[in-house]
Amino acid sequence: MQKGIITLTSRPSIICGASVVGKKEMDGPLARCFDKYDLTDTFDMPTWEQSESEMQRIAFNTAMEKGGFKIHDIDAIFAGDLINQCISSGYGLANFDTQFFGLFGACSTMAESLVLGSMLVDSGKYSRVAAVTSSHNCSAERQFRFPLEYGGQRTPTAQWTVTGSAAVIIGEHSDLPYIAEVLPGRVCDKGINDSANMGAAMAPAAIDTLKRYFDESGKKPDDFSAIFTGDLGYEGSSILVDFLRSDGYDISRVHHDCGLMIYDRERQDVHAGGSGCGCCATVFAGHILPQLKEKKLKDILFIATGAMMNTASIQQGLTIPGIAHLARITVSEGDDGQNS
Amino acid sequence: MNMDDKTYKKYVEKRATKSNLSADCARAFLIGGFICTLGQGLFDIYTMLGMSEDNVKALVPVSLVFLAALLTSLNVFDNIAKFAGAGTLVPITGFANAVVSPALDTKAEGFILGVGAKIFTVAGPVILYGTLASTIYGIILYVVRYF
Repeated sequence: MQKGIITLTSRPSIICGASVVGKKEMDGPLARCFDKYDLTDTFDMPTWEQSESEMQRIAFNTAMEKGGFKIHDIDAIFAGDLINQCISSGYGLANFDTQFFGLFGACSTMAESLVLGSMLVDSGKYSRVAAVTSSHNCSAERQFRFPLEYGGQRTPTAQWTVTGSAAVIIGEHSDLPYIAEVLPGRVCDKGINDSANMGAAMAPAAIDTLKRYFDESGKKPDDFSAIFTGDLGYEGSSILVDFLRSDGYDISRVHHDCGLMIYDRERQDVHAGGSGCGCCATVFAGHILPQLKEKKLKDILFIATGAMMNTASIQQGLTIPGIAHLARITVSEGDDGQNS
Repeated sequence: MNMDDKTYKKYVEKRATKSNLSADCARAFLIGGFICTLGQGLFDIYTMLGMSEDNVKALVPVSLVFLAALLTSLNVFDNIAKFAGAGTLVPITGFANAVVSPALDTKAEGFILGVGAKIFTVAGPVILYGTLASTIYGIILYVVRYF
């Protein structure tokens, strides 16, 4: 039978994480959660692409510092970003003396890295790996949309690419929280071709993954302290809640979307919310992980979504396929009553 | 997901947050009108300074283009445009911004493959089809004059 939920029997630990952000994120409600920032968004680099790479380098170094690790303690890095051929990761993590996997899962990359990294740690192939992702508003705008100083208006359904990078270190079972289960996503295309409404393009993938998770595990949404989606934004979040409700799973009480958490939509002119590989990554490393460490959150589903398109596919009128990877992260040692 | 693609697309479009059309039109009218008034003001000033009408007709757009280019390079134009929408886009100011903003953006890729190759990425279609349309119009006019 085809594999569904993958149980990580050894329960790999998420040892530590670090986040780096720009100005708009520091103006937002989660400002206090982030480790490092640069209010000029440049990180002292001459181009936006290099600024993004620099954020990854800083995020990874900070995470290693927080965990007291040297590069030789990290067996491999799983990293990705949005810039063509993942150059932010390639340049940002160059010259670190460890194995490297470049991933592209669009905005779902942090969840994809967590899924792959934790599976390899669980299988015993690696003992400690890092998941690193980034996005930069300026490099993304330049690549996907218009020049930065172009005087255009964005539609209300459009999302704002987060300037941020985060690194998370996963290791063999030790400190809480633990990754208990993962469910890799399937690519879903429901015919949305409006790149200014990516929430609607990605929501079907999130619905698919979450429904598969609930169906197979037999769990209910309220069994979790929270369900965090990556960057569905206002549009995608409402679609997700609506459709899952009609499937018999009411997630409205526990659902939070990182894209809606990182900015104040009313005040910050971000339209439908934040997006980008850095969005759920920085919110996870800066806000969610510390709450798990303090046991304020006990059992969560972290499900990040990505829109798999590029400028050529959009200009050719193609529809936007979405993907959603899920990881269940818990503070308990096991599911059979041996809660810590 | 138990919904076919067409129904889903319709559902998404129906529930999507819409732009406030009347507010957008009012802002475009205000700022667009202001730019036109500014143009007329410049026209009057240049005329008062004793310039010939032909020169004034060339100087007014040049001044507006210069202003728009300057404001673009000072990171101000996009903020005005965010408010004004079509108000800054439709007048010649929008065209100036559409040429200057990619030039600024692509400096990092050098003067040939960056600025040189990408300066018209936004305005290019307007230039191409504008030239094409005026050529067709010219040909029609030429032919019609024979009858």
